[in-house]
Amino acid sequence: MNLFCVGVSHHTANVSTREQFAGNATAESIASEVGCTEALVLATCNRVEVYAVSEKRISTDEIARCLMARKNCSPDSYVLPFYRYEDQKCVQHLFRVASGLDSMVVGESEIFGQAKKAYESARTSGAVGPYLHRLFQRAFRVAKQVRTHTDIARGAVSIGSVAVELAQRIFGNLSECAVLVLGAGETSERTARALVSRGVTDLRVSNRSIDRAHDLAQAVGGRAVPFDNWAAQCREIDILLTSTASETSLLTRDILAPMLRERLDRPLFIIDIAVPRDVDPGVNEMEGVYLYDIDSIRSVAEQSLVLRRQQVAAAEAIIADHVTEFVDSISRGLGRASQMVERASLGENPLRASQL
Amino acid sequence: VDRYLLIASTICFLAAVVHTGFELRTGVFRPMRFNFLAIGLGFILQTAFLSLRGRELGRCPITNLFEVFVFLAWSVSLIYMLVGPAYRLSLMGAFTAPLVFLLQGFAMITPIDARHPVNVRGNSWLEFHASMSLVAYGAFALACIAGVMYLLQERQLKTHHLHSIFYHLPPLTNLFAAITRLLWWGFGLYTLGILSGFFTGHPLPRIQVVAAIALWILYAAILQARHLKWLAPKRVAALCIIGFSVALALLWGITFTAELHPMP
Repeated sequence: MNLFCVGVSHHTANVSTREQFAGNATAESIASEVGCTEALVLATCNRVEVYAVSEKRISTDEIARCLMARKNCSPDSYVLPFYRYEDQKCVQHLFRVASGLDSMVVGESEIFGQAKKAYESARTSGAVGPYLHRLFQRAFRVAKQVRTHTDIARGAVSIGSVAVELAQRIFGNLSECAVLVLGAGETSERTARALVSRGVTDLRVSNRSIDRAHDLAQAVGGRAVPFDNWAAQCREIDILLTSTASETSLLTRDILAPMLRERLDRPLFIIDIAVPRDVDPGVNEMEGVYLYDIDSIRSVAEQSLVLRRQQVAAAEAIIADHVTEFVDSISRGLGRASQMVERASLGENPLRASQL
Repeated sequence: VDRYLLIASTICFLAAVVHTGFELRTGVFRPMRFNFLAIGLGFILQTAFLSLRGRELGRCPITNLFEVFVFLAWSVSLIYMLVGPAYRLSLMGAFTAPLVFLLQGFAMITPIDARHPVNVRGNSWLEFHASMSLVAYGAFALACIAGVMYLLQERQLKTHHLHSIFYHLPPLTNLFAAITRLLWWGFGLYTLGILSGFFTGHPLPRIQVVAAIALWILYAAILQARHLKWLAPKRVAALCIIGFSVALALLWGITFTAELHPMP
């Protein structure tokens, strides 16, 4: 029995090459076309992989031909960017993929959901049998363990997620936080949406164009505030998100100082993603104020990535243990099955092949 | 036997310290379950030690500086066991274990376990006064630990340098709420301790009374400033650390004076 994985990913091909292989084949079609006993297709924006079990060896070219958009194009016409893993290497690869170790952003969790979806889809179509079932169930277990026992998924890596993560580190529950979005740019909107998704309900939007403020407020479920009135809001809000096109600083120590005296026991988190900056950097030195500009947010994202990379060795160790254990259990299972076949053929135990 | 119990208890706290240090070094920081178990076992052994000592003395075992330090370490563990899980501040264990280890380690290696001939039966008011005050010290110690955690988290947020521990520390507002609660608990218990001191039926040394009231005023001032929002949370956290350092120094002074002028 051959267990193998053939695929193309961001490691081996650029997006224009990857897209030629995405969405053209299902697990069922591959199983029937190349004669696999079990098959599963994992297709995401960063990879297209086929996991399969077969009685005879199936070449990488055969799988590539199934995955290709134009079936008449010969795979020999160019160098295939495909990789191939077999048996133990295949198990290890899947465990790494499911745990996010093989992802473009190390430790991202989206791949876990995509792998589950691919498994469900293949299972529903009947392309998954006992081997792939056991393999994927174990992969999901490993991925969960890696996330629980290491910091591989810790730390945010995009502007919106960094802002949300920091806000949660300051305020804990965001449902009681008041947020003011100053400037109605695209990044502001994404960040505001991320904050709303984490429970923010009191969201105010202010912009030089009040119509644009109304539009954004409506889109994210907040309310518009006149631009002339935005500074006074700093008495009430907990989070300020600014991204205006102003050439000079809109918020300085002098403006903020009298308002801070009235809210001494409440922190103020300011995310300034404008270039040039809307908030005077000296504001960060004020007590209870945490100011993050675009560079510091990037720096936090980079630190998170470094932290995640530091966890790779710990994650690999967990995966290695599971790979050994899984391969052993499969070998024992195969050994038992072959003994049963021998007994059945000798008439000791009249088992039918399907029962094996 | 009681000494071995204390050594075993100290080893438990040392294990929690070493485990935390190791995890910090490797960057895989998951001390919660191990630390809670190690501190829990250490606490059981502490309790067994104090129980044996108490039975031997026929009174609450707070008769010399050694016992005072062990009782204080026990109080810190007790408050942690009550507060840590309740406020989901499990990481507090990583900070509690070193303090308890230092208190117990210091008590064990210094020659302060002077056995006094206890020739008079224990005075229940005096025992209540001493034990209540020490449990209050335990709450102040935990407020101090929460203060350290607050300052650590605050510093990382201010400087934008986030270490692995950042993601395991509780949010600033939760820590500040815990500090406030611990201060109130400590203050309430300490007030009870001081008031009960006046019912012992014996004149208390003036220096002890002055020191105890000075500490009470210090914590009352911190709480008042917190209540009236005169102080920023960062300053309250810093004052918790200063307050507990003062409290420890005064405890030393009070116990030392008490040993010079033993009371029944």
